[in-house]
Amino acid sequence: MEASKVIHAIYTDDDVLMSAVKKVKAEKHHIEEIYTPFPVHGLDKVMGLAPTRIAITSFMYGCVGLTVAIVMMNFIMIKDWPQDIGGKPSFSYLENMPAFVPIMFELTVFFAAHLMVITFYLRSRMWPFKKAENPDPRTTDDHFLMEIAIHDNENELTSLLQETGAVEINIVDKDEDAH
Amino acid sequence: MEYKISNRLKIAAVIMMALGLIGVTSGFLSANSVKTVEDVKVLLAEEAHHGHGDAHAEDHHGSHHADEHHGDSHGEAHGAHADEGHHMSHEEHVLHQIHNRPWAALYVGAFFFFMIALGVLAFYAIQYAAQAGWSPVLFRVMEGITAYMLPGAVIVLLIAVASGTIGHYNIFVWMNPEVVEHDKLIQGKSGYLNMTWFIVRGIIFISGWALYRQFSRKFSIAQDTAGDNRNFKKNFRISAAFLVFYIYTESMMAWDWVMSVDPHWFSTLFGWYVFASMFVSGITVIAMITIYLKSKELLEFVNDSHIHDLAKFMFGISIFWTYLWFSQFMLIWYSNIPEEVTYFVTRIEHYKLPFFGMLALNFIFPLLLLMNSDYKRINWFVIMTGIIILCGHYLDVFNWIMPATVVDRWFIGLPEIGAILLFGGLFLFIVFTALGKAPLLAKGNPFMKESEHFHY
Repeated sequence: MEASKVIHAIYTDDDVLMSAVKKVKAEKHHIEEIYTPFPVHGLDKVMGLAPTRIAITSFMYGCVGLTVAIVMMNFIMIKDWPQDIGGKPSFSYLENMPAFVPIMFELTVFFAAHLMVITFYLRSRMWPFKKAENPDPRTTDDHFLMEIAIHDNENELTSLLQETGAVEINIVDKDEDAH
Repeated sequence: MEYKISNRLKIAAVIMMALGLIGVTSGFLSANSVKTVEDVKVLLAEEAHHGHGDAHAEDHHGSHHADEHHGDSHGEAHGAHADEGHHMSHEEHVLHQIHNRPWAALYVGAFFFFMIALGVLAFYAIQYAAQAGWSPVLFRVMEGITAYMLPGAVIVLLIAVASGTIGHYNIFVWMNPEVVEHDKLIQGKSGYLNMTWFIVRGIIFISGWALYRQFSRKFSIAQDTAGDNRNFKKNFRISAAFLVFYIYTESMMAWDWVMSVDPHWFSTLFGWYVFASMFVSGITVIAMITIYLKSKELLEFVNDSHIHDLAKFMFGISIFWTYLWFSQFMLIWYSNIPEEVTYFVTRIEHYKLPFFGMLALNFIFPLLLLMNSDYKRINWFVIMTGIIILCGHYLDVFNWIMPATVVDRWFIGLPEIGAILLFGGLFLFIVFTALGKAPLLAKGNPFMKESEHFHY
């Protein structure tokens, strides 16, 4: 596969970056990716990214956790080994239900939180020992990097990005396979 | 941005109050038409509720017996009752319950609207003390609602006192000297629970809250035209001081005005629980009135993000309320100590629908309806959820007062709806009149620019 050329524009301020993104989008260029040292509020909207669906998965994971808690407590406390706690040997799930509410709550939160984090990592294609995609280590400190693919418009893009206040502009050959 | 209460709204409020007054009066008249034990006997025969009799022992008149065991079994308690040769027959209990109902209905309605205004006052003070940047555009709406706090609180205290003076101890049994005479538990508490101290404490609570309301409103309006931030700083300081005063007095108010209807029973987190109820109702009403005024194009500086934040509070505090309600319920249910658990036994036995219905309205509905982020910005959706939350918290107050006063003879009928209309009309009248008294934008607030540009 032929290596494609990309342009890396580096900024040192998130406000400058935001206005730069707006200008680049106004010129109808496609921004491949932006690397930032911290989450920049509103950046996803300006870039035109689709809204996240992670909340929907979180809700579903929560429902799974709630179901697991209900079924588990029914098995442990009612079916498998009925227990008399606090003088309530009713052996009925419903009558003992208030005692299980904290467990239902905790497992709902536990499933929702952990599975949501795992989903987020998988969706972002991050896993242990993976080689970082980050093109410039400074973006983990105090620099912001905008990556735009070049389609025979190198000079036009360079001058546009210079206008937006980029402190550094590099043209890089990007090997698609390294992705 | 000026607002004047429209004639239509004024007329609607007056009609509500008039209808409410008719409902309340007819409630009292029909209750008083049942005069003697003989009347009750006829009534009970008409109702033909056979096998129902043993259910009536677990009422507040049962609290005559300090040594009586408030067990799960009502029949047993009633038996003990009769064995002691006590002077109160079943019909007499019913007679008292019938007479208590219009008083209790009036009190529930009055307390519900008062609690909204006090909840908003606490929310307002928190905004100042935290120097919140998002909310100053809503300050005038909150100030309008808190205008009802003083009249509302005075009405609640007056009804409470009147029930123990003009009435026949229709809400608080501990006000009845005959009851106290036979009741060791109430005797032990009478250093705190007596009429004089009840009134003195009530006056202290109300004057503290009213003083804060008075001065914070004054400084807020003075800040509109001031050249410096001196008024704002004063408001910051008195808000912090008020919050300290509030968290003590609100708790004590909850013991006095609500929890003492069951003078034998107590819960150490009752104050917090009542607080959660008033806080979420108050925030809901802020959101509803804001959306109403916005629909009249009077609050163009309030944007979707403000509504979103209010809806987030409605969602969060609803869950907080449930957390406190359940914390109180589960510990008492689990330990199953007779003198504690009787509180919930009465409610689950006779109040199944309002008791569990309230949980659905106050927890499940807000949880599911307001979970989605986008729905919190849809105005009509917030209004609909708000109505559900308010109904739920009315039932909450209903469940605090009614089981202690009318036991199983409850219904949401003429006296209850009459009280809602009466105090609801008064609330609307006072709140919307107060909204018209100052510009709707507190433009001198140093955080106003941040608030106007608030964007989530």
